[in-house]
Amino acid sequence: MKLIYRDKEWELQGRWRVRDAIKEVGLLPQTVLAVRDGKLLTGDVMLEKDDEIKLIAVVSGG
Amino acid sequence: MKCRKCGRSAAFNMRQHKLALCETHYPEWFVAQTERVIQKYRMFGPDERVLVAVSGGKDSLALWNVLLGLGYQADGLYIDLGIDDGVGYSATSRDKVERFAAQRPEANFTVVDLEAEYGETLPELARRVRRGRGKPCSVCGLVKRHVMNRVTRDGGYDVLATGHNLDDEVAVLFGNVLHWQMSYIARQAPVLPASGDGLARKVKPFCRLYERETAAYTLMTGIDYIYDECPYAVGATSLRHKAVLSHMEEDSPGTKLQFYLGFLRARKAGFFNEQAEDVELHPCSNCGQPTSAPGLCAFCRLWERRAPRQ
Repeated sequence: MKLIYRDKEWELQGRWRVRDAIKEVGLLPQTVLAVRDGKLLTGDVMLEKDDEIKLIAVVSGG
Repeated sequence: MKCRKCGRSAAFNMRQHKLALCETHYPEWFVAQTERVIQKYRMFGPDERVLVAVSGGKDSLALWNVLLGLGYQADGLYIDLGIDDGVGYSATSRDKVERFAAQRPEANFTVVDLEAEYGETLPELARRVRRGRGKPCSVCGLVKRHVMNRVTRDGGYDVLATGHNLDDEVAVLFGNVLHWQMSYIARQAPVLPASGDGLARKVKPFCRLYERETAAYTLMTGIDYIYDECPYAVGATSLRHKAVLSHMEEDSPGTKLQFYLGFLRARKAGFFNEQAEDVELHPCSNCGQPTSAPGLCAFCRLWERRAPRQ
């Protein structure tokens, strides 16, 4: 599956839960929202190998 | 994971509330929470005119959307700071605000273009004045506070609403506690009352809602906002504090909310009363807005020595 975050992309092999996949690529689940085909996913959703997941940063400001 | 209300697939889970909701019930919950905060802290009523400071980001557009949906008289204020930095930041954010308003006939808004009204963009101003050298955010905060207060007052609005969320509030509180800035701590609150000296009432209806909750609301309701942070915010102290707090929240859901609510309880109990400074305000000799020392206010001093444009 592919994870996209800002200008970065990662390919993960096998099946992953959303929450674990986010941790695997070094991000904090708290700080992103996972979106598949325009729909938000909760952390427990099991991802399939062909899924493309967009990770949206929730942090703003300065 | 199932929606607690209807049992369908949940779209969003809030670990701190042990609550998961679907795409239908989450936006309803979010709006109800905002309304609850507005009423709990007596921020404003249905007969009052609200000016919402909108930046094109998720929080301010979400707030404007919620207030319009609840039937409040909520107009927008967009301040065009002229920040480009190679990415057209201000142009993009302004476009988001204009598109938002174009889709909602009831959404009226005012644009204050810094360069058109004062002759310089924020980056130009920050480069020229001592206060801004190396830290444009300091000048930006001053400019925005001044313009927001002016438009609120001149436009006859009862209250200024900003999209500050729980993460923003907790990051500020954390920073002030780290440095024991007692007078700043004493001033932090969901509502800053108006003063007879000309300071408008300021409210933060999202102060108890997590940043990820406002982001989820905007995504579920299809609000198009600017994803990128301001280019000048990269490396900002408040973002570092947010990162630390998010690690704590990850390990212990609810940490941020407990920190903030505990602070509000302590504040209500009078823990910071002695630190609250009662500053006498004077009208600025140029613009008439309140300032702590007689003469020009800090905003007018920024423009005092500006060379005329060629």
